[in-house]
Amino acid sequence: MPITNVLVAGVGGQGVVLASELLALAAIGAGHDAKQGEFHGVAQRGGSVFSHVRFGDRVFSPTTRRGEVDFLLALEKLEALRYAHFVREDGMILVNDHEVEPIRTADTRPYPKGAVAFLKSKGFAVRTIKATEIAVELGNHRAANTVMLGALAEQLDIPDEIWDKTLEGRIPEGLLELNRKAFAMGRERGR
Amino acid sequence: MKQLMSGNEAIARGAWEAGVLFAAGYPGTPSTEVLEALSTYHDVDAQWSTNEKVAFDECIGAALGGARSMVTMKHVGLNVAADPFMVFPYGGTNAGFVALVADDPGMYSSQNEQDSRYFAKIAKVPLLEPSDAREAHEFVKFAFELSERFETPVMFRTTTRLAHTRSVVESAERMDAPRRPFSRKISQYAIPVYARFRRPELEDKLNRLREFAEEYPGNVVEEGSRDIGIVTHGIPYQYVKEVAPGASVFKLGMIYPLPKRRLEQFCARFEMVFVVEESEGFIEQEMASFGILNVIGKERFTNIGELSADLVAQGLNSTSVPSDFAAQTTILPRPPVLCPGCSHRGVLGALKELGVLVTGDIGCYTLGCLPPYEAMHTTFCMGASIGNATGFNKAGEERVVGLIGDSTFLHSGLPSLLSAVYNQVPTTTILLDNGTTGMTGHQQHPGTGSTLKERPAPRVNYENLIQSLGVEHVAVVDPWDPEATAAAIKSGLDHPGPAVIIARRSCRLLPEEKAKDKVPYQVEELNCIQCEDCMATGCPALVWEGDTPHIREWECAGCAMCAYLCPVDAICQVEVSVDANH
Ligand SMILES: Cc1ncc(C[n+]2csc(CCOP(=O)(O)OP(=O)(O)O)c2C)c(N)n1
Repeated sequence: MPITNVLVAGVGGQGVVLASELLALAAIGAGHDAKQGEFHGVAQRGGSVFSHVRFGDRVFSPTTRRGEVDFLLALEKLEALRYAHFVREDGMILVNDHEVEPIRTADTRPYPKGAVAFLKSKGFAVRTIKATEIAVELGNHRAANTVMLGALAEQLDIPDEIWDKTLEGRIPEGLLELNRKAFAMGRERGR
Repeated sequence: MKQLMSGNEAIARGAWEAGVLFAAGYPGTPSTEVLEALSTYHDVDAQWSTNEKVAFDECIGAALGGARSMVTMKHVGLNVAADPFMVFPYGGTNAGFVALVADDPGMYSSQNEQDSRYFAKIAKVPLLEPSDAREAHEFVKFAFELSERFETPVMFRTTTRLAHTRSVVESAERMDAPRRPFSRKISQYAIPVYARFRRPELEDKLNRLREFAEEYPGNVVEEGSRDIGIVTHGIPYQYVKEVAPGASVFKLGMIYPLPKRRLEQFCARFEMVFVVEESEGFIEQEMASFGILNVIGKERFTNIGELSADLVAQGLNSTSVPSDFAAQTTILPRPPVLCPGCSHRGVLGALKELGVLVTGDIGCYTLGCLPPYEAMHTTFCMGASIGNATGFNKAGEERVVGLIGDSTFLHSGLPSLLSAVYNQVPTTTILLDNGTTGMTGHQQHPGTGSTLKERPAPRVNYENLIQSLGVEHVAVVDPWDPEATAAAIKSGLDHPGPAVIIARRSCRLLPEEKAKDKVPYQVEELNCIQCEDCMATGCPALVWEGDTPHIREWECAGCAMCAYLCPVDAICQVEVSVDANH
């Protein structure tokens, strides 16, 4: 199988790393080779975080090349703009319909309007998912990452039972049901 | 069993399987998780030490005493531990000794970009470098064998990408590595006395290692095209395989000493050979010293920052790398910020207000150099603040503050403070006692009352410690009280001798702090005059919405730093604000 390249992006604290780790685990569960690695700066909170997941027969580079990414999973709109140039010409961007205002110390320009329209104008297939809203309804805004992962799962060829086993193996018991629901909701919205 | 592991977890697993008994280190990204993962194995005695040199010395003792040992640190940690690192090889080890050193090309979380491979050459010790987690797991086991076979410490180098990338690792069982009895050969281990005799022995050992490198299976040629030859190592190997799958590749697993004859043979087959390595041209320079000159290296692969598959492709084929959309839309940066409720904010605010010269140190508070505070004027390396402050004083600057975190103070600030006392230099030191090593993710230290294995430990009493050094002016203050904090700093500066102010409040992200009840604040929009003074806290819980500030309640820690700055008292505690009296 050729390599599938996924980039997960968001803001520190949104669960970028967990979402991408779950994806890599599911890929391995489905019998692929996989590599996953994240980039983040020094801040514990509020910085831009992104993570590469690559899976297929044999993966060499731990990171994706620019213009090669099949799916960008953006947990935040500004982060979708920041990493869109990694996506291949007819690649897909799944974006959480959610804005996290950056701290206004360095750059005082207003938050960009029309991120989704901009991405569409570049020719990408863009899917907007109200993941944070769904997660809040389910009782925890932190589950937005799992909602988004569910939406991505709809695009991939990994069987349901492997996803389920992956969630079960990695999510602490107290949060498992919430995440299962979040994942299922994401799948539905991603259809 | 097949598992997804980060490079760091794989190294810990490999070390455990190799029978490691003792491990010590000091936190530092991207090395930290190796020791954290090792500490989860009940049959490994793992500990945080006060600094890297101390950890190194402890591991020397343990390895001489017969226990396989591992010391972990980030690249700059090796600078701190360089003294034992350079001298230990003269004696050589008894049980296996591996020094894990993690470089950070791209400086994702470091103050410099340092290629630590050169250290191995200066110390004359073998250096292994894996290219992914699977290899890391395998190499580290071999590192212990190599160490015992040649009675030498082995340097194990990783980089951020290796340390933090997860991939599939096949784990095995722990082997039994029985303690090797120590024989008291003073002439081997009392180096200053016997160094002259040991010196030729060290050279001889290096020559034997050079021979070994020729046969080491971790140095491997992967045959491919007869036209393109590439010499590479570590993570860059993965980029090479990605972008030039058909090339003939000489992959080096041992970076020092290099297999001279095999490299000569390989390079003789090609008109030109690419040397693809991250950071400096270490391999390229070694090859040049062997007389191998048909090489294209650093002129095509930058020595600044991290390489990538794109950059390697660019170097091999002169392709171009697509750039981002910043020119076509607004891509706002997300600068690093202090967390809501961070105890450093009160001190930085007070320092900004006082306007004094501040020599800084390394930790979360280093963010005090950036807007909105810009209250810290120098930062170099851990422990530097107090010595730098002393120096400024010597140069005629009368009011200088050295700002240092608790973990950093215990790591290397203490001797500088003692020097300031001894020489009676009237600097003021602010010790930021937030009860943890914050920046690297909350590691224990001697001031936290607990160890890496989460056992209770004596908690250092800073007041007694500092007074016993001879500091006469020691004050403790709560940094959530900005007025008291400013007053305490002022009193320290007014004191004619060295003074220490301890700003004590726990890091808000510690689990026990997070569990505490908090009363958030809110902005009363009717009273707000939109002056933006509150925004000078740079607090992520405080966002500008429309034309007023707004506090995200679930993020607010209730520290009231913004309320303190509000000139019209429009920021109040949520409960109080319901009160009609207010
Ligand atoms: C020699 C060296 N070792 C380790 C590090 C990694 N490091 C950076 S800051 C820091 C500790 C900061 O802790 P502390 O001084 O308590 O400040 P805090 O982050 O809690 O504010 C460490 C270990 C380093 N930069 N240099």
